[in-house]
Amino acid sequence: MDSVFRNRTAAVVMLTPALLVYTFVMLVPILWSVTYTFQSGNAITGFEFVGFDNWIEFFRDDTALDALWFTLRYAIVMTVLQVATGYGLALLYIFFLRNKSPLVRTTIFFPVILPTVAVALMFSRMFEAAPTVGPINTILQWLGGDLTDFLGTPSQAFWVVIIMDVWRSMGFYAVLLYAGLVEIPNEVIESARIDGASGWKLVRRIVFPLSLPVLLSALIFSINGTLKVFDSIVALTNGGPGSATTPLTLYMFRTSFAYGQYGYGSTVAFMLTLLCLIATIFVFRSMRRDVTSS
Amino acid sequence: MTTTAPAPATDAPMRAGRKPLRVRLRRVPGWIGLGLVLLTVAYPMFWILMGSFKTQPEFLSEPFWALPQQWNFDNYVSAFVDGGLGTYIRNSVIAVFPALALVIVFGTAAAFALQILVWKGRGLFLVLFLAGIMVPTQMILLPLFTVYFKLHLTQTMWPLVITYTAIGLPLTVFMLATFMRAIPREIFEAATLDGASIWRIFLNVTVPLVRNAIFTVALVQFFFLWNDLLIALTFITKQDLRTIQVGLLNFTGQYGAVDYGPLFAGISVTVFGTLAIYIFLNQKVMAGLTSGAVKG
Repeated sequence: MDSVFRNRTAAVVMLTPALLVYTFVMLVPILWSVTYTFQSGNAITGFEFVGFDNWIEFFRDDTALDALWFTLRYAIVMTVLQVATGYGLALLYIFFLRNKSPLVRTTIFFPVILPTVAVALMFSRMFEAAPTVGPINTILQWLGGDLTDFLGTPSQAFWVVIIMDVWRSMGFYAVLLYAGLVEIPNEVIESARIDGASGWKLVRRIVFPLSLPVLLSALIFSINGTLKVFDSIVALTNGGPGSATTPLTLYMFRTSFAYGQYGYGSTVAFMLTLLCLIATIFVFRSMRRDVTSS
Repeated sequence: MTTTAPAPATDAPMRAGRKPLRVRLRRVPGWIGLGLVLLTVAYPMFWILMGSFKTQPEFLSEPFWALPQQWNFDNYVSAFVDGGLGTYIRNSVIAVFPALALVIVFGTAAAFALQILVWKGRGLFLVLFLAGIMVPTQMILLPLFTVYFKLHLTQTMWPLVITYTAIGLPLTVFMLATFMRAIPREIFEAATLDGASIWRIFLNVTVPLVRNAIFTVALVQFFFLWNDLLIALTFITKQDLRTIQVGLLNFTGQYGAVDYGPLFAGISVTVFGTLAIYIFLNQKVMAGLTSGAVKG
């Protein structure tokens, strides 16, 4: 009976198509990219071996370090805000809306699946100062503020990107964390209430500690995703003004395709992969902790 | 342990009966906060929809909250005829659906081979597929571009179909393997006792059992691939072959930064097209996307 499942031919036939595509379109290119980091040139001009020059260049290149700094800043700020708003909404779904929450959950989730390009074009119009005054500037003017060219000012552009991406992703983290909060046994919350815990005290002392595992995996998933930010920035600011909002992903794209430096582009991509790898190691660690605690 | 209605729901009516006004007043800030969030989510889309009917003078002279003065579809006609929105949508369909079909067929078979079949080293292969979820796409762009360029494929849709198929596989294999793990092993054993071959077990037992999961995964992959910008931006060099995302991104340039109407119409088409799918399938979309996250 067991021999049916030990069918080698079946295993080979079924695994091969996926494995072939995956190997030749992902695994081989990944290793190939690593060899590019030791070369300079591109597909048209040909390549030349340069040793560790690209690696050394990365740490001397101010634009690259700015991009690295932007990526880290964006990933950390985004992760904190995404998970915090998501957690706030999840608490609202559970303790405030209770069984009336499905419609609200569904509505707030919707922006998650919208094409980033469409959302970015929408937000760039919302924050516009000229030639038309967008909704945000109009409202700020009512409140007595000055007309601000948000996307033309480096410090403001960063926050517009952040606001847009929180808008896009809060519904996702809300549903993710909601699924974790629902798992908390009724009896635990009941008995805490009987002991006199309510409101913030209940959340802080009982709900928060119990939702730590799911909160942690949401945090780490978020870091891993935000390190790879590309679409929203290309479509909203295109890295500008200047290079103020250029993350590693976009810098890699520019050096490779605008300047034709495949070797250096691959080096930037490799640095990004290292960053993601560190984040993923945390994922596995937190998952192991999940298993042991339950 | 798992309940859909959380704890407080049960004692809520009792408390409301005891001190109705205080309790109701205490809920006011919550409703205001929630109202603001819903407004923030819904208003931008409403604004875009209204904008898609406005004329250029209306954009420049009327305040943002003004409703359009007429309800004609000139902007939509302009977006499709002059902007080429129809071509972009067609290109996206040509790139995404073949890739999606391949991802599902290859992914389901691979998940079966890795999860249901028994052989040495299958765990290793599963981890190998998992690694693909973590590595940023930037890592594969340059070698692939070199190859596509050498094979003279850069003027066709092939680079997108091929790359999308590969990109979609890791998560598909992993999610389907997880769903197959949940099927009781006895079902397969019963099938073998009835004399079913491994192929019949795959096609007539496993696939029907995970049909729902396959649909969910396909839906998740559809949104990933349909919304892709990076790969399409890298491999498509010809304007006629642009996908909807690349086309939309260049919409602004094509009209100059100031022709708002067609741009708003273009955004509207993508936003409300997505909404049309979401209205029918929202539960599956939410469940699928979040389950992909926990495992990723």
